[in-house]
Amino acid sequence: MDPSIFDLQNIDIQWCPGCGDFKILDALKGALAELGLTPEKVVIVSGIGQAAKMPHFMKSHFFNGLHGRALSNATAIKASNPLLQVIVIGGDGDMYGEGGNHFINTIRRNTDITNIVCNNMVYGLTKGQASPTSPLGFRTSVQVDGVINEPFNPLSIAIAQKASFVARAFAGDLEKTREIIKKAILHKGYSLVDIFQPCVSFNKVNTYKWFMDNTYYLDDDHDSGNREKAILLALKEDKYPLGIIYEDNTRDSFEENLGIYREDERPLYQRDFDMDKFKELLDMQK
Amino acid sequence: MVNYREPEACDFSVVLCGAAGQGIKTVETLVVKVMKRAGYNVFASREYMSRVRGGNNSTEIRISSVRVSAVVDRIDMLLALNGGIRKNIRDRISDSTVIVGDKEELGGEVDSLSGQFYNVDLIRLAKEAGGAVYSNVVAAGIMFGLCKVPIQEVKKFFNVFFLSKGEGVVKNNLVAMEKGFLIGERMGSSGLISLDLEPDPGVKEELLMDGSEAVSLGAIAGGCNFIASYPMSPATGVLAFLSKHAKSFSIVAEQIEDEIAAINMAVGAGYAGARAMVSTSGGGFALMSEGLSLAGIMETPVVIHLGQRPGPATGMATRTEQADLELALYSGHGEFPRIILAPATIEDGFWLTQRAFNLADKFQTQVIILTDQYFLNSFYNIPAIDTGMIFIDRYIVEADKDYRRYIMSDNGISPRSVPGHGMGIVGADSHEHDEWGHVQEDFELRVRMVDKRLRKMREIEKETVEPLFFGPPDFNNLVISWGSTYPMVMETAKLLRSADTAFLHLRQIWPLSEEIRNNLSRASKVIVLEGNATGQFSKLIRRETGIEANHLVLNYSGLQFSSEDVYRYLDKILD
Repeated sequence: MDPSIFDLQNIDIQWCPGCGDFKILDALKGALAELGLTPEKVVIVSGIGQAAKMPHFMKSHFFNGLHGRALSNATAIKASNPLLQVIVIGGDGDMYGEGGNHFINTIRRNTDITNIVCNNMVYGLTKGQASPTSPLGFRTSVQVDGVINEPFNPLSIAIAQKASFVARAFAGDLEKTREIIKKAILHKGYSLVDIFQPCVSFNKVNTYKWFMDNTYYLDDDHDSGNREKAILLALKEDKYPLGIIYEDNTRDSFEENLGIYREDERPLYQRDFDMDKFKELLDMQK
Repeated sequence: MVNYREPEACDFSVVLCGAAGQGIKTVETLVVKVMKRAGYNVFASREYMSRVRGGNNSTEIRISSVRVSAVVDRIDMLLALNGGIRKNIRDRISDSTVIVGDKEELGGEVDSLSGQFYNVDLIRLAKEAGGAVYSNVVAAGIMFGLCKVPIQEVKKFFNVFFLSKGEGVVKNNLVAMEKGFLIGERMGSSGLISLDLEPDPGVKEELLMDGSEAVSLGAIAGGCNFIASYPMSPATGVLAFLSKHAKSFSIVAEQIEDEIAAINMAVGAGYAGARAMVSTSGGGFALMSEGLSLAGIMETPVVIHLGQRPGPATGMATRTEQADLELALYSGHGEFPRIILAPATIEDGFWLTQRAFNLADKFQTQVIILTDQYFLNSFYNIPAIDTGMIFIDRYIVEADKDYRRYIMSDNGISPRSVPGHGMGIVGADSHEHDEWGHVQEDFELRVRMVDKRLRKMREIEKETVEPLFFGPPDFNNLVISWGSTYPMVMETAKLLRSADTAFLHLRQIWPLSEEIRNNLSRASKVIVLEGNATGQFSKLIRRETGIEANHLVLNYSGLQFSSEDVYRYLDKILD
C-alpha cells in the first residue's frame, strides 16, 4: 500500500521547519501503509500540543480531544469498536504530565492501542517551558534557575507496571522508527513508543546531534521478554537504548477481558437491544 | 415536632434504626419485598452515616393499603437495634409512637425517650437463633407478625433470599424471623398497635425498585452500552447495576481512575457509536466540566447521571440536597446546548433516563439526569412498566466518501456517522472546526459553527418533558417544585384545604417548558420549594420569565423534606 493514501490535500502544516514531528508523521503513514491499513480503518486520537496536531495533517478518522485525555478517549473508542485500529499520538507534556494518571491506568488495562509519544523534553505549543522529561537544570522562562524536579522516566514506569510493549525510537531515523511503529501496531495490547525528538525552536540542549551521541540501538540478541533486564535498560541514563525494550505477548487486552467481544466481534453501535432479556430483568424487580 | 395527621390504621410507618453493619439495609430489602409480595403497598427510604461500622443509621418503611411514595416524620413504631438513637429520629417520636427495643442494649436511653416502650429481648432471641447478628431479622419478623403476613410466604421468600449463603444461614434466619413473628402477632392482638391493612392482590405483581435501580433500568432500556465511572455516593449504584448486567446487555462497564477519565471515555465511546453514560455526584461532576465542554463542541451524545448530595466539597457524603442545579446548568466553558432532566418519581427515573439516551443521540447533545441521594435510596412499588413503549432510536448514518461530520443544516443537526461505518472519514475536534472537523481559525466559520450548535436548542425545546400539574384550573397561589420532592409535595397537596392553590412540578430543568410561563402568568402568589439554600430554581425561573417568587421554601439540612415539613411550610404561607 502506498503511504500517500494517508495524505491529506490542501493543508497548512503548522510545525516549525526541521521539527521532528514531520519525520514521525512520515514514519506513521509508512507503517500504516506497509501493514495494509487504509484511512477508514484507522482512528488517530490525540490531545493538545504540537504532536497532537498530527491527525489534522493526515487522512484517517480522527479524534483530537483535550490536553492529557487522549488515552481515555482512545480506550473507549477501541472498547466500543475493536475492529478499528486506534493510534494515540501526543507529546511528553500531554501524555506524561497532564495525562499521567491515564498513562498509568491505560497500561494496567492493556487496551489494544498504540501510544506514540513524541518526546522532545520541552513544551512547544506554550513556547518553551519545561516538560516532565526535561533534564535537570534545563532553563526556561518559567524554570528560571533550571529544572529542579527529577525527570519522569516513562519506560521504567511502563515496564514496572507490566506494559505489554515498550519501545523507544529516535525521530532522526525514519526507517527504524517506522519498523518499531509497525511492530507496536501489530502487538496485541497496549504499546508505548516513546520517540526521542528534537525541538528545533525551544530545546537547544537535546538536539539532533545530542540524540545521535547519546543513544544506541539494542542488538539482535536483546531478550525483550526479560522484564528485569528491560527495567535496567530503561533506567540507563548515560546512553539511552533504542528499539523494543520489553514485550509480553501473553496478556489479554482490555477489550478481550470485557468478555462481550469473545464470541461476537460486532461494534456496539451494530448491536440490538435484547427486549426479551430486558423483560426478564424487569421481572426480577417483582 | 407537630404531626398534622393522626396515625392511620391502613398506613403503618415504621422506622428501623441500628448501627452500620447491623444489617439495616438487608432488613429494609427483606421487609419491602415480602410485604409487597403479600400485597401491601410499600415505601422505604434509607438515611445513613458515612461509615461502614457503628453509628446509627435508619430506614423509614411505610406499609399501606394505598399507594405510598413519600417520606413522613410520623413514626408509628420504632424498632431500635442499638442505642445512640440520633436526634433526627428522636425528634420524630410522639406519644403514640411504640418503641420496640432491647432494654439491655438501650440501657438508660429508654427513659429519655417519649412514646410507649415495648421491651423485646432482641439480643437473647438473636443469640438463640445463632448469633447477635440476627437481631435485625428478629425485628423483620416482628413486622411480618404485626402485619399478619402469611408465615409460609415469608419462609418461601427466605429460602430463596438466603439460598446463596448456605443452609445453616437460611435456617438461622428462619428461626430468628419466627421468634420475631410471634412477638409481632402478640403485639397486634394486645391492641398496642392496631392495624387494618388490606392486601391488594394487584400489588403482588407490581415492580419494586429504588431510584438507583430505576435510573439503571432506564439506561439499559435506553440502549446504554457504555458506562465509565468512579465510585461516589450516592451515584455508585448505577455503575454497580450496569456492571452486574454488562455481559447480558453488551455493555462496556469500567471503573476508571478518575472522573476526568470517565467523561473522556464517555465522549470517546459516543464518537465511536456507543450510547454512553457516566454516573457521579457533585464533586465528580465538577471534575467532568472540561469533558462536558468537549462533548459540547464535538456534538457527541453523552448521558450524565448526577446524583446530588450536599456540598460544598465533600459536604455530607451520604445525605441529600438539590443544590447542584446551577452546577449542572452552567458547568463547562463556552456555550453549547444541553438538556437537564430531574425525575420526580421512580417511574420518571426509568422513563426519563430511557428517553435521555434517545434525546442525546437525536440532538447530538449532553443530557444530565439530576437526581439526589434521597431519590436514589428510596423505593416503592410501581405498576408494571409498559415495555411496548420502549423505543431505541438510533440516528447513525453510513458515511459516504464525501462525508462531512459537521455539515451545515437548517436545524443545526448534522447527520452523525461513526468511524468504520461506510467509506467516509469521521472527524472530531476540541478546537473550533470546519465541516470535516478539522481545526480552522476562520472568524466567519466560527460564527456559523456556534450558530449551528445553538440552533439545536430550538429543536430540543420542541421536546421538553411537560411539568406535572395538580389543582384547580383557576388558582391564585402556585407552588413550584422540581425533582425528588414530588411525592411529599403531592401528599401534602391532597391534604391542604386551599381551594385556590395549584401545584406545578418540573421534571425538566433545562430547557424550561413553556407551561411554566403560562402558569406563572396566572398566579398572584408564587411559592418555590426546593432543597437548597439559595433558591436556585427560583432564580432560573426569574431569569427566564422575569417573575420573582413571593415565597421560597428551602431545605438544606441534608435530609429530604418530609410530608409534614411541606405541609407545615405551605400551611403557614397559604394561611
